[in-house]
Amino acid sequence: MSTYFTEDHEWIAVDGDTGTIGITAYAAEQLGDVVFVEVPEAGTSFGKGDDMAVVESVKAASDVYAPVGGEVTAGNGDLADAPETVNEDPEGKGWFCKLTLSDKGELEGLMDAAAYKTFCEGL
Amino acid sequence: MTEALKRTPLYDVHVAHGGKMVPFAGYEMPVQFEGVKPEHLWTREHAGLFDVSHMGPCFLFLKDGMGEPGGHEKIAAAIERLVPSNIAILKPGRGRLSVLLNDEGGILDDLIITRMPGIEGMLYIVVNGAVKAQDWAYIEEQLSDVAMLQKADDRMLVALQGPKAEAVLVEHFPEAADLKFMRCAYVQKGEEKIMLSRSGYTGEDGYELLLPNNAYGMDLVSTLLADDRVKPIGLGARDSLRLEAGLCLYGHDMDATRDPVEADLGWVIQKSRRERADFPGAERIMKAFTEGPAEKRVGIQPLERAPAREGTEIHINGERVGVVTSGGFGPSVDRPIAMGYVRNDLTAPGTKIDLMVRGKARAAEVCALPFVQPNYKR
Repeated sequence: MSTYFTEDHEWIAVDGDTGTIGITAYAAEQLGDVVFVEVPEAGTSFGKGDDMAVVESVKAASDVYAPVGGEVTAGNGDLADAPETVNEDPEGKGWFCKLTLSDKGELEGLMDAAAYKTFCEGL
Repeated sequence: MTEALKRTPLYDVHVAHGGKMVPFAGYEMPVQFEGVKPEHLWTREHAGLFDVSHMGPCFLFLKDGMGEPGGHEKIAAAIERLVPSNIAILKPGRGRLSVLLNDEGGILDDLIITRMPGIEGMLYIVVNGAVKAQDWAYIEEQLSDVAMLQKADDRMLVALQGPKAEAVLVEHFPEAADLKFMRCAYVQKGEEKIMLSRSGYTGEDGYELLLPNNAYGMDLVSTLLADDRVKPIGLGARDSLRLEAGLCLYGHDMDATRDPVEADLGWVIQKSRRERADFPGAERIMKAFTEGPAEKRVGIQPLERAPAREGTEIHINGERVGVVTSGGFGPSVDRPIAMGYVRNDLTAPGTKIDLMVRGKARAAEVCALPFVQPNYKR
């Protein structure tokens, strides 16, 4: 399993042609206290870069973009009652959705953990 | 049109305290320090220091007759040509909220007007930062026959808000203890003069201080911030605090298309002014009082967890009946909160409405304001 990162601060952990998507610890820190998350429902399809989810902090609502295209197999229903999980464990229990990748080639150009760390340090 | 962003005298202090600076009302202002939620909760429990130097403090005074008996009545009569509140009745050092009206009775701004203590014929007025240039130009032009306006936005305007504000401030200004809500003292400290008023925009007890932009002012702010009971607070928490307190934000919860009755600010028009009906737009406003306005500002309680932001449409059975003008999450009440306008027959608390958040109808109801009870020292 490998994890990839986007410049918009999403992560995707890929196992075969299944991916789990969330927002990074850096993004969660920048947003502050998350109070609501709208995750996509199973069966929804996205293209790479589409609006996929919305995360709301006290401050504002922010769009979350699909790092790759695919069809959602599950949204994280636990976030409805515990949105703070996104702050507590953004790259673990705070995942947003799982999807079946439509084209694994879209992973090319995403960053690995080391490259993303360097990217964030430059912000 | 883009103009270079201005900085308040406290810009470096914000940066030194880790403030995240953003453009706001033409200034670079701190939107947050440690985070909106912790800053919000700190202010409700302790004391928060807000830089509001971007706002529009000014002094309005008589061209002739300053300091003479009857001076207040003359300057009050002048400003009452533009606002519907009874200013003449104010005793020295007392202030009140009012609205600046256009000829159609639309709200050009909300403002606090205070009778200067100890100086006959002068008012201390604070208008909103985003519209201060146009407000000042309008007031100067309309009242040029009798009054002059001195801008004071080159000074520092800071607010100290929260239940510990009094205990903190009396160590510097003993007179702070004696002031009641919406009263003001003009304090002399050596060479320096400070306007100290017990008011604010958080629903908490607290003060606003107009300070000289010099070493004295900077030292005072630094000393306040060094107090363990005080933390610097950004614009993010300022917005969530005022929304919980049910207070309007100009340009959002009211604007030139809304009259004071629609904005549920009819209380700023005292009985004597209603009887005289001698303010701009009186015909429309008095009609709104007697017949009811088309829409009215109300509190909105979302019943689901999704916050409804400004611009969210309000529906009943698929029909649009209003719009959210401020909305977000209230850290003290720990739930989403909003305010907005609904049709006048739908203003009763408990009225069921739908908030159309990203295309989905989310259950909500009309509710009374404020969401948290204020702690003013009356």
